[in-house]
This record gives sequence, structure tokens and C-alpha cells, in this order.
Amino acid sequence: MWIEPEEIAETLEMIGRQHLDVRTITLGLSIRSCACDDIAGLAQRVYDRVATASARLVPVADAIAREYGIPIVNKRIAVSPVAEVAASCGARDLSPVAEALDRAAHEVGVDFVGGFSALVHKGIGEADRRLIDSIPAALATTDRVCASVNVATTRAGTNWDAIVAMGQTVRATAQATAERGGIGCAKLVVFANMVEDNPFMAGAVHGSGEPDEVINVGISGPGAVRAVVESLAPDADLTEVAEAIKATAFKITRMGELVAREAARRLGVVCGIVDLSLAPTPAEGDSVAAIIEAMGVERCGGPGTTLALALLNDAMKKGGAMGTSSAGGLSGAFIPVTEDAGMVRAVQDGALTLEKLEAMTAVCSVGLDMIAIPGDTTAETIAAIIGDACAIGVANSKTTAARLIPVPGAKAGERVEFGGLLGAGPVMAVNPWAGVRLARRGGRVPAPLQALRN
Amino acid sequence: MQTRAILSVLGEDRVGIVAAVSQTLSANAVNIEDIRQTIISGVFSMTMLVTIDEEQAPFEQVQAALDQVAEKLSVQITLQREDVFRAMHRV
Repeated sequence: MWIEPEEIAETLEMIGRQHLDVRTITLGLSIRSCACDDIAGLAQRVYDRVATASARLVPVADAIAREYGIPIVNKRIAVSPVAEVAASCGARDLSPVAEALDRAAHEVGVDFVGGFSALVHKGIGEADRRLIDSIPAALATTDRVCASVNVATTRAGTNWDAIVAMGQTVRATAQATAERGGIGCAKLVVFANMVEDNPFMAGAVHGSGEPDEVINVGISGPGAVRAVVESLAPDADLTEVAEAIKATAFKITRMGELVAREAARRLGVVCGIVDLSLAPTPAEGDSVAAIIEAMGVERCGGPGTTLALALLNDAMKKGGAMGTSSAGGLSGAFIPVTEDAGMVRAVQDGALTLEKLEAMTAVCSVGLDMIAIPGDTTAETIAAIIGDACAIGVANSKTTAARLIPVPGAKAGERVEFGGLLGAGPVMAVNPWAGVRLARRGGRVPAPLQALRN
Repeated sequence: MQTRAILSVLGEDRVGIVAAVSQTLSANAVNIEDIRQTIISGVFSMTMLVTIDEEQAPFEQVQAALDQVAEKLSVQITLQREDVFRAMHRV
């Protein structure tokens, strides 16, 4: 079978000019065998496990990128939630485990390691509490470790006490990394309905239902989708727009699946999932906001944005599901503000607000992501914002998350720089009428009626 | 191991592009299965389906040799495993 020159040219164009890439190859690793009653022993075992198991990850990914001509932007590792492994060790400060993960990440050359995590949606265990308390120090003393905490599920309801604790933890993490604009918070996600096989950071965690080692791949390609929408006739109706996005999603997904299978084969581990998320980067045009604007909304955040985003998200999933039988992870368009140049412009133009982003999170993945807020935002207000994002996830049986950065000393409208893929952008205004008294009530929001599915 | 790959050349038309590319392929035991070439507004575009005998010349070695040709002729040459095109463009 000969491939047509036009098809070859299309692929080269998608990769060369439209920033199509595989966003991440993430090696999921169980570290459950590392449990130890002594913190130094636990840290050493975690280091040995991660450094040994992932030694070949980066060279294999680089070779695949070279042979297939597809950039693989990030190589990452996700480990079992550290709180579960640390339960048998009594240390109050669990940051030595984060430091061990960070050393291993530097040793093998991966960009990030996720899994300094706890699942507390029904209640906070003793080790979970120690992990949450250790997050600010862990994220301040490391640069490649990511932390996440699951505080709500559709099945169990919402642990409001945990959300309030995370409001305080987000603030403390910003303070601990104040000299770098609170960048620690860019590595901290609070989830509702966290998934076990997410390859994307900062929320990647290796779930307890997974095999010991697994390869998960996250695709990308907002630039390629934008290009195909822009190439349509101005009067193409929305069914035609959806069809074009679906066809592009199929191609992008097939490329991701090929890379996932090949990486798993070469590493000798199980091939897990392909995550169909559309992940923007600060590069010009590689933007989810730009797709929404190409569809016909004057500026992302304006009326029509939620509808356009819902169409985009759905078409991506339909094309992607045809492209792979192993769709998983988060699989939905991302709307991280500072990582998307189009979102940043929309905020600067006054088109995109925190409230609109909250509406958008109802129809895509994964929530209030990479949002810089004023440094004086209270812990109760942060908790209330997280709670709103969680409520959308719980009620709609979907994943939502919050990655908020209260930038120390910064006021609404000021610009902050995080660097690299984390990008830069304006500090967004926060509605001053927050549920502070609500936060102080504490307790748990009972599971919604949709939890009773049996 | 026999690896099928797609080679594409893009650049300003000039004497010797096909000769230089095929000579390099031949020197590395790469077999040309199919070839298509066009010139649109002076831009030379060639795509080849080739089979690389990795026991005689590994993929990386062929790629490095072609990089040298690309630099010498000031054209863009990419060599990619064929599977990626098959995956993206065929159901």
C-alpha cells in the first residue's frame, strides 16, 4: 500500500508547522513494595525503584521520536499515591520521599514525577494528613515532583473538611515558593473524581487498579485542530466543523497509539491508555482558545464559548475513540490559562473570567487550571473556588480539578511568569463575596443521588 | 530486520538531488520500493518508499547519512518509519 504524497505532506505540515506532538509518555510505576517503617529507608527504596525501573524511558522515547519523526515533548513518571506507601512509616514530614523522587527524576532525565498524593474523598487518614501537611515543603524543596489530592467523588460525595485543608495547603505552598511567584502551586492539583491512569501533570498518579508498570500516552495537537477549522469555508455549518475536528482527532490519536504501543514494546511493559486530551502550549496558535475563536467566537470567554468548547470536546472524543480502543486518562480538552497564549489574551481583553472558566469546566477536562489569583486571597476563598469546581465534577460524574496559584504579593491584573510549558499570564480577579462562613462549617457534602446506581 | 520507511525531500530544484539521495541510500543498502517526484513552482518534492536492512545499516545511520546530503544540497530530507503514515491515514 502506497501512502499518497499529499498524506505525507499533511503529516509533515501537522508536525512541522502546527506543533503536533505527543505531549507525554508517562511510565506508571507501583511503589507499593517500597513500604518501610523508617523514612530514610522508605525514601531510599522509592529512589531505587524509580531510578531502576525508568532507566530506559528517556532513551527509548527519544529513539521513537527520531525514527517516527514525531516530537515527544515530555517523559514522565507516575507513582502510587505516596500517602498509601508512607502509612507504615511514622515520620511527620514526608518530604524526604519527594526529594527521593526528585533525585530519581534528575537521574533518569524525566521532566516530572507525579504521585506525592493522597485520596481523601471520604475521610482523611492519619498518613493522608501527614502527606497533606508535607506538601508545601515537598514542593518547595523539589522541582520535578507533583502533588495531588482527591477530595471528592460522585460515589462518595465531597469531603469539605479536606477541601478547606487544601485551601490552606495551597496558600502555604505559595508562601513556601514565594520567591518564585508561588510556582509550587503549579505542581499541586486538587481533584474530584481523580482517574488512575492520567499521564498528564500535575495530576498523574499510578492507581491501585493498575499493573506494576504501565505506559500511558497523552496526545496533543490544538494547533492541528485549529488549522483544520481555519481551513473550512467561513459558512461551513457546525456539523461540518464537528466532522473536520473528528477526522483530525482520529489521525492524532492513531499517532499517539502507535507511539504508546511501540514504547511499551521496547520497554517490555504493559501498554495502558491513550489520553485524548487536547493540551495547549504557550506557542503561538497551539491554543484551545484559538480553536474556539476559529469556530467563530470573537474572543474565548465570550458568549458561545461553552457551546463551542462542548462541540470541540465531543468531536475530539468521537474521533479519538475510533482511533484507539484504549482511550483513558482525562480525555478532554484542557483549558489551562497561563499555558495557552489565546486564553491569556482573552483574560487581558476582559473576555475570560474565573466564572466563565468554571462554566467551561462543565463541558471539558479538567477544571480551573493554571489560574494565577491575587496573593491575598484567603484560604477560605480558595477552598470555596475548589469546592465549586468539585461540585461540577461530582454532579456530572466527571473529573474536575483546581490548580490555583495565589501569587504572593501580586494583585489582579499584574503579570506573572512561570516559564517553559507552565507559561505566563495575568493575575485574575477573584469575586470578593466568597463563602467564608460556608468554609468554616466544615463537614462533608453527602454523595449525590446519581451515586446510587446499583 | 527490514524496516519500511518514507523518505521525503523538499527544496529548491537543482541538479543532482535524486542522484545524491539514491547514491546515499545505495551505499547504506537501502532498497527503493517506490518513488514519486514533482516540481511545483520550482519547489522540488520527492517521496520514496524504502526498505532499510537494519543489520547492514541501522535506521539511525541512514538518517545521519541523509542529514549530510540535506545539508550539502540545502534541501529538507526526512526519513520516518512508514507505520506512522499508515496509522494516521488508513482506517
